[in-house]
Amino acid sequence: MSWLLALPIAIPFLTAVATFLTRDRPAGRWISILGSAILLFASIALMNAVLREGVVAGQMGGWAAPFGITLVADLLSAVMVLITAIVAVAVSIYALADVDKKMERLGYHALFNMLIAGVVGAFVTGDLFNLYVWFEVMLIASFGLLVLGGRPEQIDGGVKYVALNLVSTIMFLTGIGLLYGMTGTLNMADLASAVDDADQRLLTVVAVLFMIAFGVKAAVFPLFFWLPASYHTPAFAVSAVFAGLLTKVGVYALMRMFTLVFDHDTAFTHTILLWIAGFTMVVGVLGAAAQSDMRKILSFHIVSQIGYMILGLALLTPLAIVGAVFYLVHHIVVKANLFLIAGVTQRIAGGTELSKIGGLYKSAPFLAILFVIPAFSLAGFPPLSGFWAKLLLVKAALDAQGWIIAGIALAVGLLTIYSMTKIWAQAFWEPHPDGIEPKLSLLSNRDRAAFLLPIAGLALMTVIIGIMPEPFVRFAEASAAQLLDPTAYIAAVLGEQP
Amino acid sequence: MEVLFAITIGVLVACSVYLMLSNHLLRFIFGLVLISNAANLTIFVAGRLTDGAPPLIPEGADAPIGFAANALPQALVLTAIVIGFGLFAFAIVLVFRAWTTLHSLTPDEMRLAEPEEAHK
Repeated sequence: MSWLLALPIAIPFLTAVATFLTRDRPAGRWISILGSAILLFASIALMNAVLREGVVAGQMGGWAAPFGITLVADLLSAVMVLITAIVAVAVSIYALADVDKKMERLGYHALFNMLIAGVVGAFVTGDLFNLYVWFEVMLIASFGLLVLGGRPEQIDGGVKYVALNLVSTIMFLTGIGLLYGMTGTLNMADLASAVDDADQRLLTVVAVLFMIAFGVKAAVFPLFFWLPASYHTPAFAVSAVFAGLLTKVGVYALMRMFTLVFDHDTAFTHTILLWIAGFTMVVGVLGAAAQSDMRKILSFHIVSQIGYMILGLALLTPLAIVGAVFYLVHHIVVKANLFLIAGVTQRIAGGTELSKIGGLYKSAPFLAILFVIPAFSLAGFPPLSGFWAKLLLVKAALDAQGWIIAGIALAVGLLTIYSMTKIWAQAFWEPHPDGIEPKLSLLSNRDRAAFLLPIAGLALMTVIIGIMPEPFVRFAEASAAQLLDPTAYIAAVLGEQP
Repeated sequence: MEVLFAITIGVLVACSVYLMLSNHLLRFIFGLVLISNAANLTIFVAGRLTDGAPPLIPEGADAPIGFAANALPQALVLTAIVIGFGLFAFAIVLVFRAWTTLHSLTPDEMRLAEPEEAHK
């Protein structure tokens, strides 16, 4: 079984090597697309295996857990790998039009595939130190992508991104050291029972250390400042894949650790998470309201949306976890898509600063439709995917009698509509201030196809999830059941326990 | 022995926090290098310190005989050092680029990506 788990990591690595060797030739970009497509097939195979047989685990190098490095995929891991592959395919097609020759020669495709390898690795590993290594693979690739091209704003944003993420990395490493000192193991499934014998108060301290480390990655309040400082600076393909995937790795790590390992003192840790969730939602959405650049607005909305996922984790009821898983999947699709659309806007209307563009509805109605779908899904309009995600979470909050947090979640949804209508009104509705007609036909045929194909594909997914939410909700329910009762996960990794 | 290490780690963290809070990027990077070494030492001590018991397996045996040092933290620390080396090499080059393009290493003055007049 272990090849199924190793393939989604190996494929992007091999693609990265191949694209690095062909970085001077146009073949590189096609190899990147091919690699992403193969990754998609591999992740579908993994998903199939997990759906059929339950949690799949493999021991690398044949060393039995908890001594060797374990790769393990439950439903959450499998769906995250699948959605990563979908985003990888979409962005690598989009890169045909968005990434120029200069960036390709600097190794854009190799870094991109390395980033995907790091993200996938973080999703399937079952070992805490290995998770650290994948975080670093991801981080160093993202550093490269962020400053690729070397415009002054990129360097400026890059410094802040690098500095704060390195601090979080060191927190993570210290947490690993302390946890290892207390339990003598780093295998996550083994940790789940090993922490029971540890000093519970010290364990809470370590839990908070992990919360801060993953919190920086996930961009929660008050640790998110690196995100709006940097996400609007790189190429659009890069910021789309960052927006879709990077923070979600932090959320995934929080969900994994705070359901599997740190569930000893939920009254303390998950109450902190609940406060974090509330503040993250509110501060993110208010920050977005103050911005006037499309990408900056969208960046702040990432922060605000992360709050919803943390809310699901913090409530820790079955329904709340269902909501968090559903939100995670929906959000990756929607957010990556919105950044891709911002890239097209930049190309045809000449910018993303809202006061300098306009007229897109009249001259590019197809793009306008494609924008409306993810934008209103983000805000939670029925019948789009975001509506069901928000409904589940608000219902979970009401069931847990968290009246205030439910109210906050609804109010933040309203403010999200405000931001989205602001983009709609200024970029699409009002005429262009310079009298330009930003038509899609300004693009060459090839560029137009490369831009619109992934955007339309992701928008279609949003609509499908919205119209037929039932299989997705049922999937999220099964996934939440696995998270809340990790017996199957532990048994798959360590073998049947007596 | 553990006490000595604990004090060393404490001093390293204190120095690095002082450096990282100063308003200069290069000092911040030096602080990061120090604190990453403190984290490495933490992992090392977490594996328990032993004296004069190398984890060597005698020929023909499957496991070391008797008491032996824990080899795992050394592997972990070695990995962390290598990764840290790569990250800091990148960070220092980035700071150098920041100096040549932005002509400043004071974070308060670096407002190019987030200009203050954006809040109109």
